[in-house]
Amino acid sequence: MVPDLAQRPRTLGDVAALARRASWRGRLGRWSLHVTLGILSLPLTLPYLWLVTAAFSTKASFGLVPTGFTLRNWRFLWEPNLGFVSGTAGRLPNVWQVVGNSLILALGTTITVVVVTTLAGYLMSRHGFRHRERVLRGALMLQAFPGVTLLVALFILLRVLGILNSLVGVLLVIASLHLPFALFVMKGFFDGIPWEVEMASMLDGASRLRTWYSVLLPQVRGGIGAVAIFAFLWGWTDYIFVLTFILRRTSWTMALYLSAVIGEYRSVDYGLLAAVGVFYMIPSLLFFLLTQRHLVQITIGGAKA
Amino acid sequence: MRAAIPDRPRLSARQRTVRRRWLVGLFLSPFLALTLLFFATPAIITIALGFTSLDMSFQGGFVGLTNFRGSLSDPLLPRVLLNTVVYVSGTAVFSLSLGLLLALVTTHVAERVGRVFRALWLLPRLTPIVVYALLWLWILDPTSYGLLNTVRAWLGLPPVDLISAAPRLVIVLVSGLIGASLGMVILTSAIRSIPVEYIRAARVDGASSLSVVRYIILPLIRWPLAFVLVFQSLSLLTSYDDILLVTGGGPFYDSTVYALYIFRRAFQSGRYGYGAALAVVLVAVGAAAAALSWRLLNFKQMLAAPKIEAD
Repeated sequence: MVPDLAQRPRTLGDVAALARRASWRGRLGRWSLHVTLGILSLPLTLPYLWLVTAAFSTKASFGLVPTGFTLRNWRFLWEPNLGFVSGTAGRLPNVWQVVGNSLILALGTTITVVVVTTLAGYLMSRHGFRHRERVLRGALMLQAFPGVTLLVALFILLRVLGILNSLVGVLLVIASLHLPFALFVMKGFFDGIPWEVEMASMLDGASRLRTWYSVLLPQVRGGIGAVAIFAFLWGWTDYIFVLTFILRRTSWTMALYLSAVIGEYRSVDYGLLAAVGVFYMIPSLLFFLLTQRHLVQITIGGAKA
Repeated sequence: MRAAIPDRPRLSARQRTVRRRWLVGLFLSPFLALTLLFFATPAIITIALGFTSLDMSFQGGFVGLTNFRGSLSDPLLPRVLLNTVVYVSGTAVFSLSLGLLLALVTTHVAERVGRVFRALWLLPRLTPIVVYALLWLWILDPTSYGLLNTVRAWLGLPPVDLISAAPRLVIVLVSGLIGASLGMVILTSAIRSIPVEYIRAARVDGASSLSVVRYIILPLIRWPLAFVLVFQSLSLLTSYDDILLVTGGGPFYDSTVYALYIFRRAFQSGRYGYGAALAVVLVAVGAAAAALSWRLLNFKQMLAAPKIEAD
């Protein structure tokens, strides 16, 4: 190309200038895109940066710039009687008990959702039983009732069943309301396994149950992982259901603990609030850092608001 | 084929049916039990409760349509409905525009950079809602400690209490920053699936970046755009936990949207029957809106998003 053009000096000058200008404009363009992105993301980056710095600094509560390293904001971890909650006139529960409750809720939700949907997802994917269509359509129709519209009814139902105020009640509610969605995700993973795999195992004399357990389950590891992570986060981050169904302080989860601390210390001790916030966020942050690369694909399936 | 399995005992037709039923029962009953008990039953209870006057003392009987008729003369409802319209449309449009902008920009920079920023914008969705609310409480702090008022102080402006001054703007911003990631993710993959020849051809013809966006990219991603707008509006109709945490629906009822109003009537005023009636109306409106948009926007085509048909 270039030697050809070289025989026409006028054009060469044009092309070179054009190329120079294009690359300059290209660089400028890319640069301005980066600046746009940076500015656009400030309302997100600044608060998260603040959260982390404020949790470890003495007076970071006053604006953005941290002032000195301290661990005092984390005293809620070793001083169990942090203070009084004005509204309820009692002490905050021990944070480790609260963490335990949150773990029970999150892990309980995870186990329930994974066990139930790996069973039902297999059946839905592989068996043409009599009411299959009806069950699937029913599960879809229930989605018209978002969990929050059922709050009053669930409150009364749990009260009648005698599991109001219990973590088991809340975890069954959270798990059940997400079951239809999780079922469709799991079914999708089972649909992806070729028939031959199952056929081979059955021909070798394995029962349906055995085939499901030792041949198919290992094949849907990816699906189990995705559903498990989502279910854990549903339980771990839930606020509305624990707020409504858990009235006893000994059954509080981290969401209720943090909102009580916010109510008590807002504008007074942002360092403490930030430390509790960072502590509560650890599982979400771990998940974020570990799956950051695949996150974009994963969240398409789990999109909520 | 069957004859080729020597070890398996032959079962009679009846035995096979019994076995099959047993298998279906084993695999399906946990799912059925939980969804029937904790999903279908409350859905039915909600409808039934709507016709009762049940209150905090758990007393009250069948009152017919009183709750529904009463809602027509509820003095707070007009304000709540206006809040809901402003919140749903404002947040949907704001987060869609933001998501579109993010998708456009992150697909036009180096993939490494784009990925980092897309991951960053997914962070609010993974953050526990109470922590996310804490961030906003700090941003909006009415004293000079908050981010907003720190910035205002640099500019020489007096501190403001934005929650009192512009409650509706606050709830749109709070939900909008969470919502942006949905549009961003879906539109990013939609933009990626546009054949690159189209853009190159336009470039060769001398089109600027903006005209490429305006005349090629936007028309080609109109279905995913419509899908995100509709899906997001429908889910915003029933979301309120961030509002409850940041503004509490206040001052007074100024940032209370319909879904939050149900919660406040039921659990703050203890009017369970009335709350359930309002919830029934919300479900009906949501279902009707979903069905309507399904029709209007030709949902089958939208389900195929983000794949793009070049026509």
